[in-house]
Amino acid sequence: MMRWGRMLRVAATVLVAVGLLIGVWEGYKWMGGATDGTWPGTSIDLPTSTDDLTMPHAADIVGELFEEVRDGRNRLPMAVFLLKKAWFTLQEAAIGFSLGLAIGLGLAVLMLRWRVAERGLLPWINVSQTVPLIALAPIIVTWGRQQDLPDLLSISLIATYLTFFPVAVSALRGLQSPDPTHVELMRSYAAPWRTTLFKLRLPAARVYLFPALKIASTLSVVGAIVGEISIGTKTGLGRAILEFAQRYAVSPERLYASVVGAAVLGLTVFGLVALAERLTVTRTHGTVEEAR
Amino acid sequence: MTHDRRTGGASTAPAIVVEGVEKIFNAGSADEVLAVEGINLAIQPGEFVSLIGPSGCGKSTLLRLVGDLLAPTRGTVSVFGKSAHQARLDQDYGMVFQHAGLFDWRRVAANIELPLELRGWSKADRTERSAQMLDLVKLPDFGRHYPRQLSGGMQQRVAIARALSFEPRLLLMDEPFGALDEMTREHMQLELLRIWRETGTTVVFVTHSISESAFLSNRVVVLSPRPGRIHSVVEVDLGDRDDDTREDPEYFAKETEIRETLRAVEDGA
Repeated sequence: MMRWGRMLRVAATVLVAVGLLIGVWEGYKWMGGATDGTWPGTSIDLPTSTDDLTMPHAADIVGELFEEVRDGRNRLPMAVFLLKKAWFTLQEAAIGFSLGLAIGLGLAVLMLRWRVAERGLLPWINVSQTVPLIALAPIIVTWGRQQDLPDLLSISLIATYLTFFPVAVSALRGLQSPDPTHVELMRSYAAPWRTTLFKLRLPAARVYLFPALKIASTLSVVGAIVGEISIGTKTGLGRAILEFAQRYAVSPERLYASVVGAAVLGLTVFGLVALAERLTVTRTHGTVEEAR
Repeated sequence: MTHDRRTGGASTAPAIVVEGVEKIFNAGSADEVLAVEGINLAIQPGEFVSLIGPSGCGKSTLLRLVGDLLAPTRGTVSVFGKSAHQARLDQDYGMVFQHAGLFDWRRVAANIELPLELRGWSKADRTERSAQMLDLVKLPDFGRHYPRQLSGGMQQRVAIARALSFEPRLLLMDEPFGALDEMTREHMQLELLRIWRETGTTVVFVTHSISESAFLSNRVVVLSPRPGRIHSVVEVDLGDRDDDTREDPEYFAKETEIRETLRAVEDGA
């Protein structure tokens, strides 16, 4: 019962947020139309022009989702078309996320075990994130093709590159988070390092890990889309965005609709991680009066 | 009675023997600290011994040396006739710290069962024992709760139950009631004495409270300020204690004796 109430509240919040967003969008557009593109009462130009090409009506963007588009030889409603493409991108993102999680956790445990590893690895892990993705993507794909790796996997590796970083950094912090007395307690039990890792450090790290996993989940989608665009796959959401961007002048709603699709995909993986967090990390708040 | 246990005859081997122990932290570097030195101490099985002294005198360090959480720079610590290290590997120790140190993600019962789990007890045995322990610390209905749903005093009782769950031969306690309010603390002291009587375990108890040390112990070891040395040992012979003991002139006399010893220690006598 509580659950339904909670879900209803979440749904209502989302609806209100979307409504507000549309309101601001349309309000700005209306204002621009009324003042001929300036802030009311001034001659200062608005930062963005409000004509239908630059800012299509929200209703047109939503309507576009139900318009038919060409997909190879078939014609499909835009929404279905985007879902199909998103499914492909989701697979890349999911593989990339899982790999990134494994590599990030592995690096964190390595750095926890040997301080030398922390001192040696951490700077490189930080440096790795300064390499621009656009430069890196073609390199990964070229290497991948030489190894006869499917493009889907190459793109996943690009997503991995983005996701392992927040995982490694936050997991290390989480693994180091237990109180010294907790560590002493395990020591007093003569618990070996591995037991302390599984019974104490990893459970304690979850609180630190999940916020990073949320960031990593959306990054994995970004990585997959950018990967698709920079190597020119034949399918996927990135490919769709690229195509619609090229035909922006003809039908701007389509690009906006595909951006909505990308946002929905990002929110979906974010939601999945949030759900996993809810199921894994027990919420244990509140106190009971001392019973004497 | 309880205080007779330690005098159970000269033939009884001591539970703990500390000989010529010295501990230097960060030896050889600029921030080198001599924490304790020249410590000699023997504790009999079943004895309740408190370590008291000004803050920073190394009483927690001494406790950790006994528990093999720290290694002495010089000297030896033996526990039940073996090295402290071997005693730790044999899991002879139960430890209780100032903060309960429960694992937030485990229910109360699972916290008590943690040491049993590490010893490979079966699920059924663990469940049975944790139920017994919850009875012992008077929290029979809280096994399914999470630690954060309990008050500080209740959490500390769970920590004691966890430390006693595997019937350790030696209980090491580091200011376990330091963070509790006065009423809860007095209540917990009685509980601890009851459990001590029932289990017959040996207890080493670090405290900075004079009244607590007098109320609980057979012997109070008074340490001097850094570097910690044993200044003197005050024998306390109050028999079985209860709430009335707190108003007993003999108890006041012991408290005064410990207080004056501590003052003398701080004055450098």
